[in-house]
Amino acid sequence: MTGRPMKAIAALGLGAIAITAAAGTAVFSQTGGGDPSLVARGQYLAEASDCGGCHSRKGDQPFSGGQALTTTLGTLYAANITPDDQTGIGSWSADQFYRALHLGRDAHGRHLYPAMPYNYYTGMTRADSDAIYAYLRTVPAVSYTPPPNKLPPPLQIRAIMGVWNALYFHPGEYRPDPARSADWNRGAYLVETLGHCGGCHTPMNLLGAPKTHQYLQGGMIEDWFATDLTADRRKGLGGWSRQDLVDYLRTGRNAHAAAAGPMGEVVAASTSHLTDADLNAIGAYLSERPASASTPAPAIDPATMRQGEAIYVDNCSACHQMQGQGAPGFFPPLQDHAGLQQSNPSTTIRVILTGVQSTPTAAKPTGVAMPAYAWKLTDRQVAAVATYVRNAWSNSAPSVTSGEVSKLRRKLVSENQPPRAPTTRPMTRPAPDTLASPGSDSRDNGTPDAGRPASES
Amino acid sequence: MATKLPSVDALVVGFGWTGAIVAQELTDAGLNVLALERGTWRDTPTQFAPSFDQDELRYFWRQELFERPAHQTVSFRNNADEVALPMRKLGSFLPGTNVGGAGVHWNGQIWRFLESDFVARSHNIARYGKSAVPDDMTIQDWGVTYRELEPHYDRFEYLCGASGKAGNLNGRIQPGGNPFEAPRSREYPNPPLKLSYPPVLFGQAAETLGYKPFPHPAANLSRPYTNPLGVQLGACTYCGFCEKFGCGNYSKASPQTTILPVLMRKPNFTLKTQAEVLKINLDSTGKRAVSVTYVDASGQEFEQPADLIVLCAYILHNVRLLLVSGIGEPYDPNTGQGLVGKNYAYQITSSVNAFFDDKVLNPFIGAGAMGMICDEWNGDNFDHSGLGFIGGGYVGVVQTGARPIETHPTPDGVPMWGSKWKRSIAENYLKTMSVATHGSVMSHRGNHLDLDPTYRDVYGRPLLRMTFDYTANEHRMSDYITDKATQIARAMGPREVKVNKRVGAYDITPYQTTHNTGGAIMGADPRSSVVNRHLQSWDVPNLFVMGSSAFPQNPGYNPTNTVAALAYWSLDAIKTQYLKSPGALLQA
Repeated sequence: MTGRPMKAIAALGLGAIAITAAAGTAVFSQTGGGDPSLVARGQYLAEASDCGGCHSRKGDQPFSGGQALTTTLGTLYAANITPDDQTGIGSWSADQFYRALHLGRDAHGRHLYPAMPYNYYTGMTRADSDAIYAYLRTVPAVSYTPPPNKLPPPLQIRAIMGVWNALYFHPGEYRPDPARSADWNRGAYLVETLGHCGGCHTPMNLLGAPKTHQYLQGGMIEDWFATDLTADRRKGLGGWSRQDLVDYLRTGRNAHAAAAGPMGEVVAASTSHLTDADLNAIGAYLSERPASASTPAPAIDPATMRQGEAIYVDNCSACHQMQGQGAPGFFPPLQDHAGLQQSNPSTTIRVILTGVQSTPTAAKPTGVAMPAYAWKLTDRQVAAVATYVRNAWSNSAPSVTSGEVSKLRRKLVSENQPPRAPTTRPMTRPAPDTLASPGSDSRDNGTPDAGRPASES
Repeated sequence: MATKLPSVDALVVGFGWTGAIVAQELTDAGLNVLALERGTWRDTPTQFAPSFDQDELRYFWRQELFERPAHQTVSFRNNADEVALPMRKLGSFLPGTNVGGAGVHWNGQIWRFLESDFVARSHNIARYGKSAVPDDMTIQDWGVTYRELEPHYDRFEYLCGASGKAGNLNGRIQPGGNPFEAPRSREYPNPPLKLSYPPVLFGQAAETLGYKPFPHPAANLSRPYTNPLGVQLGACTYCGFCEKFGCGNYSKASPQTTILPVLMRKPNFTLKTQAEVLKINLDSTGKRAVSVTYVDASGQEFEQPADLIVLCAYILHNVRLLLVSGIGEPYDPNTGQGLVGKNYAYQITSSVNAFFDDKVLNPFIGAGAMGMICDEWNGDNFDHSGLGFIGGGYVGVVQTGARPIETHPTPDGVPMWGSKWKRSIAENYLKTMSVATHGSVMSHRGNHLDLDPTYRDVYGRPLLRMTFDYTANEHRMSDYITDKATQIARAMGPREVKVNKRVGAYDITPYQTTHNTGGAIMGADPRSSVVNRHLQSWDVPNLFVMGSSAFPQNPGYNPTNTVAALAYWSLDAIKTQYLKSPGALLQA
């Protein structure tokens, strides 16, 4: 190691941290000597970087690759990074490993696709890269060749990434800001580099590059909208305390929200293993992310709100309660819920359509789940209730259209069958639903069949 | 030919309440535990979601959550003069199946028994003389005392987040609770459920008569709760679809909502569903269980060896497994010999409908154990001198809901069909309530379980045959407490009441309770019990039998809390004594 990275480490405070054991976390102390402590440190860093999130197929040999990552540009399959010589990275040197993380090149000098987020990992120190490398050499070698990537021409030509890199990639290790505390810098390193949070939480352009001027203001990943992580009071984390954030990342749950879907996997595989100090550092960094420019409150059609309210009362209020107060830590409160007020409503829509299960963790083993409603509500009804919860009480967000709902329904619902079909004949889908007319009772849920017996169609 | 599988440390047969409790404790003790469940996996958001769960046709009428009689049933007769016939549709009792068993569809009525219940024989003889317990009333002392079970009751109540008000804290009577209850060491984990109008009305009337009503203890939660395992439950929404239904709000205690989230994550626990245990295999001495034989969904047979086997398959299947496996001697009511199948008991219930003109009762608001109860006439809480019976039951209003297919009481004199019937229901539904009684059943030499000589199940095993009827003791007791219920019902000021006493022979067709007990009773003496006081088989020391099969007779309360407390009590002995030194815990 050269002197400069060592100073960088010291400035980041990494040299001074003594890590204490938490549930499932590797224990190590930064003595700087001996392989075992390097391997342990590497395991911690691999968890912080969530290598397993892409490189470990569920329930199979760790780091053997093959996990699919669906992007707007095609489907890619993660590489085998076990130390197998033929199919993994067993023949790679520490230099070559660092080059992959830092410059996005494999051992043969070929470009990696930025689905492997080298544009974030480039900030990693050489020492940290070496530690992860040392750890990966100790995992069982698995002989497995992942499927080939499914990319449309000309993207299957890796050299094209040279163009992408020229436009969007700025290699370089993380430079600590001397005007900031060690804690803040550690948080910045965790978020910007290891955690590569921007990989999901920053919007991307058509070429899959992050829109850096909208850093951490929310982005799409596999039909989920990863929320705004700035200090925005409405859409971001501005309404969360530091402890809220630490609880969420450690246990997947706090009084406001529950981690589910891809973020649930991140919590389970990565952030739940981080130390309290590191989680607090993340909080210190995020609390200073500037909010996006506030947009004017959109006008919402009162008839849609009435229809949505009626649906909400019948279907949602048992758990989320009439005033959206939920049961904090269990059924998320919907009033003031940042996730509901994102500019992009995809998460709201899909949660209503397919339901969602909060990821169980050791600290919160109950994976509280919301059931699916795709079989029960039409696109118009889902749009109405989604618009309602996004704008009821003190919430405010753009309304949801039935077109947005049907688009997601086509993608998602065929993969998610409704709960076991009732043994009775299914209720006829309500006739073309109408929005409640201005004078009507808000209890009218917009379906003319309400109150009448189901009939054969 | 059965495929033989690798052995496991502990094998749990059946995966309902006791199966989950046993697996959780034994995995904590470090054992490799395998549970075999004949049914399928079930969980709250997929099988009991509130988006479709309140479907009376599907779950009450078409009985989706319960055991399928076409697959497994009992044959029944009132007495040995009759020929037992298979029960082809569930009625009187609703056994569970699939993961969670009946713990999914119970009401959540979570009671402790009285101190005297555990020594029913010696207590009643001491107080009323030998004549109080006739020769053919074969009740026995349990071999375990309330005091010994107290910490285990406490454990289950805190696991479930039980909602209630203590009536007796360490010997000091507390206002607002059950003044008759046995002493408990601490308050319930959650306050009582809110009450709708009918239980409140009952309570007011009972107080005017000088009685001491109190809120029914509930395993429906009055507020969100995290139990000692870290598992979370929600607050009851009073939806009125409790008993016979799963709960979609995580607010009824069940294995799914109290234990499984923690248990299923353990690397030393495995659950195999669609694995039906056919019998327990013994070694050549007949004193050691070596394995079970089970069948999977495709009909393939497997032999699963284990060091320790725990039967958690519900009383009816526990007893049948003992019988078909040749463990212990089957009970013969003619000779009085044998013990397996002896002392089968049940519950005797009755009700009084009260019809009002001036009060809107909204009976559709309900929660499984939401109610007000008077316990003056349960167990030996009152002087039985000269009454001609022992035992008793609780009296009260348990407003579990009033679902339309199931609930349409009409006053006397109204036809049972046609437009007059419909009009009467429409007029009375919102203004009707029911005061119920829930009474004990003493064991009788004629009431027993054995194997049917004629009818077999789909695997060719004889069906369990149930021979049961109430005796004069039960009828006298039930009539007595029904009179008390009538008295309180009248004191509420209704337009009229309709008294539904339990008359005649036990009828297996109308729903009553799923409180079957006995058949593998516990006791201090191997000459009069099938399992010892730790629920260990006297005959086969590496076999333990959980469940209400252990009850020598059935007291006047719902059994689940006691079933769970006995399981924890038994597991205590397994963990602290048996595992260190496998073998008979007590000398025969």
